[in-house]
Amino acid sequence: VLHTTRPLHTTQQSLAPVPPLPEKGGEVRHGLIPEEFFQFLYPKTGVTGPYMLGTGLLLYLLSKEIYVVNHETAAAACILTVIVYAIKKFGPNVAAFADKLNEEKMASALAMKNDTIQTLQTAIEEEKKEQWRAEGRSYLFDAKRNNIAMLLEANYRERLLTVYNEVKKRLDYQVALQNLKRQKEQDHMIQWVEKNVVQSITPQQQKESIAKCILDLKALSKSAHATV
Amino acid sequence: LPAAVLLKDTKLMDVKLGQLGSWLAMRDFTPGGILGAIRRGHERYYNKYINVRKGGLGGLSMVLAGYIILSYMWSYSHI
Repeated sequence: VLHTTRPLHTTQQSLAPVPPLPEKGGEVRHGLIPEEFFQFLYPKTGVTGPYMLGTGLLLYLLSKEIYVVNHETAAAACILTVIVYAIKKFGPNVAAFADKLNEEKMASALAMKNDTIQTLQTAIEEEKKEQWRAEGRSYLFDAKRNNIAMLLEANYRERLLTVYNEVKKRLDYQVALQNLKRQKEQDHMIQWVEKNVVQSITPQQQKESIAKCILDLKALSKSAHATV
Repeated sequence: LPAAVLLKDTKLMDVKLGQLGSWLAMRDFTPGGILGAIRRGHERYYNKYINVRKGGLGGLSMVLAGYIILSYMWSYSHI
């Protein structure tokens, strides 16, 4: 049954951030009995209470033969002695070694975390830079607009020149045509006039003109002789 | 005046001796309940003695001692 009035997701997500591990575990005395037991008996029996309880319990178990002393007891005693001695001697070394391993793991994880944070930070800065760059696009568009305007202008002027050239060519043609026509008319008229004039000169007139010319030449030569 | 707490919700250390029988009868004995109880106990022990930065010998040795005692109790029928 889902209570629909129950509010959901009121607290933060319980997964992150994970609380750090406690430094030391629960206290254990003699490696076997938790400290809480001693604290539990302290108000009533003081400091020696649990030890008395332990001794009494041991004697009861032995005397009532609930714990039977047999060959395994001797073996257990020897083994326990050796184990306790080894722990007392090598305990701190092993603990330091394990701590070192732990430290290395933590350091590598921390380094990875820091690296990731660093990369993300640089990514953020790059992104900001890109945003700043994107703001300059107005200048880019202005430059492009200028380019296009210049292209259009150049094209327009080219076409204007073409138009001008074409019109000039046509007008030149017309002018040349008129000139040719007038020249041809002139030539033809001159020829016609010359032809008529030549035709109109009769042989009689030719003789008279030649005689006149000879007389003129003689007169001239006389005047020339005189000056010389 | 503190609000009355149901017997079902009290912890074991707060139960009076006379109420122990009824308290025990009210516990959840379905397989799911038993499994949940085992899981809770394991988590308590684990988080207190083993899942720490500088764990000691006690966490493991207590489990072994308990195992030794339990196996002794189960192998010798004269008890």
